[in-house]
Amino acid sequence: MRDVAIIGVGLTKCGELWEQSLRDLYVEAALKAIKNAGIDHIDSMYVGCMSSGLFVGQEHLGALMADYLGQAPVAATRVESACASGGAALRMGYLDVASGASDIVLVGGVEKMTDVSGDAATYALATASDQEWEAFGGITFPGLYALMAMAHMERYKTTSRQLAAVAVKNHANGAKNPAAQFPAIITVDDVLNSVMVADPLHILDCSPISDGAAAVILCPADQAKTLCQHLPVKIVGSGMATDTIALHSRKDLTSLDAVTKAAAAAYRQASKVPSDIQVCEVHDCFTIAEIMVSEALGFFEKGKGGNAVETGATAIGGKIPINTSGGLKAKGHPVGATGVAQAVEIVEQLRGGAGARQVAKARIGMTQNMGGTGASAVVHILEAM
Amino acid sequence: MPTARAWREYPQRYRYEAAVCKKCGKWHFPPRLVCDACKGEEFETRVMRRTGTVVVSTVVRVPPAQFKDQAPYAMAIVRMDDGPSITTQIVDWQEAQLKTGAKVKLEFRRISDDGEAGTINYGYKAVPV
Repeated sequence: MRDVAIIGVGLTKCGELWEQSLRDLYVEAALKAIKNAGIDHIDSMYVGCMSSGLFVGQEHLGALMADYLGQAPVAATRVESACASGGAALRMGYLDVASGASDIVLVGGVEKMTDVSGDAATYALATASDQEWEAFGGITFPGLYALMAMAHMERYKTTSRQLAAVAVKNHANGAKNPAAQFPAIITVDDVLNSVMVADPLHILDCSPISDGAAAVILCPADQAKTLCQHLPVKIVGSGMATDTIALHSRKDLTSLDAVTKAAAAAYRQASKVPSDIQVCEVHDCFTIAEIMVSEALGFFEKGKGGNAVETGATAIGGKIPINTSGGLKAKGHPVGATGVAQAVEIVEQLRGGAGARQVAKARIGMTQNMGGTGASAVVHILEAM
Repeated sequence: MPTARAWREYPQRYRYEAAVCKKCGKWHFPPRLVCDACKGEEFETRVMRRTGTVVVSTVVRVPPAQFKDQAPYAMAIVRMDDGPSITTQIVDWQEAQLKTGAKVKLEFRRISDDGEAGTINYGYKAVPV
């Protein structure tokens, strides 16, 4: 397997982008990444997208995006792993280059969620759970994460204030990110006084519905320095794992085993341990998710994730800054784009170009993206070359 | 829900039919073709007892479209006495009956409907015992 580097990144704004279509978003991010890398061609392309079929009635995104990017006839296909589609697409691109099959690969992620009503968007998102044996009975995605939160609170005495602290931190970071959908500073009381969606999760514990796209350019690491006009960033670890589709089939509702296993594979490949990671983007689709993921990745002992965020350990300047971009919570969560957007943020951090949210001297970063209630998990470790 | 799809699930939704692995004895609800414990592929169909225990619960206050007339409603993960866990609504409850460890029993109820010309979907909901 060859070493693989990221040499270009591109990102659209996240938000209700009524003037831009699914393809416009993808092409904007892809063009930015191509220009950022300074390359003149790509060999193949992957499109991470969860549910363009339900959101805009469009499938067959590989060909569509290659066509509208002016890159047909390159090999192009869509990758879907629910909310981990972007991370899974990044891994496919990584394997494509690592295997030697392609040299320059574009990995993009996209979701256009605001062309449909909130009800239709809720339905589309619910397809990431077990439709027949979870969603059929009336459980929602916030409902499933609420069950995880209840279990975590019961076992580890995690509090609503600690959940709220995740949202407060991520909005504080998002306020420094020009691409963020909700760059508003909020307080713990704002979260606790917001509408209850599914006990104990308030609306401000939940990530928003967003349009957006992100893209990265990959190439063999030994070509990165000649090709790249920026500091190249190497993918030193890539791991993916799955768990039961239904939350109720898990042995322990307070654990995210697929995240732990994906991380273990990435740590092993990279010869790194959790304390080596200096900045990390995690999948905070709900505040409880960030707490559970920070434990699953090995940053904190099980049950200590709530305390960690409350005491500032995951803030910029803390022990392990998490979600400097604002995370899904504040930056926005265009589902299929999220896993790629996380990599864009970490590359910016390792290049030293993250502006007001820069983590000082960051050289090693991580991305963690998951689908459903953690049934799919993808972890990447990136290192400045 | 398309008629054939709903019909395929009647044995579980109406009759609680589970698949019990002939090799290791694990109960699967819904049935599977491969046992996730021992990879066995032979099963015996048995009717699952309708009693179980609340593992954890929540109250859904922002429901999906077809559940709007029922919200707010309680949802729980229930561990059935025969082993499988399920996600189900709890109905006819008082606050204390949603707590972890509370005993419940599944009853046949209307779950949702697909609008004026659509099917009415039936299945199980849990009631405190």
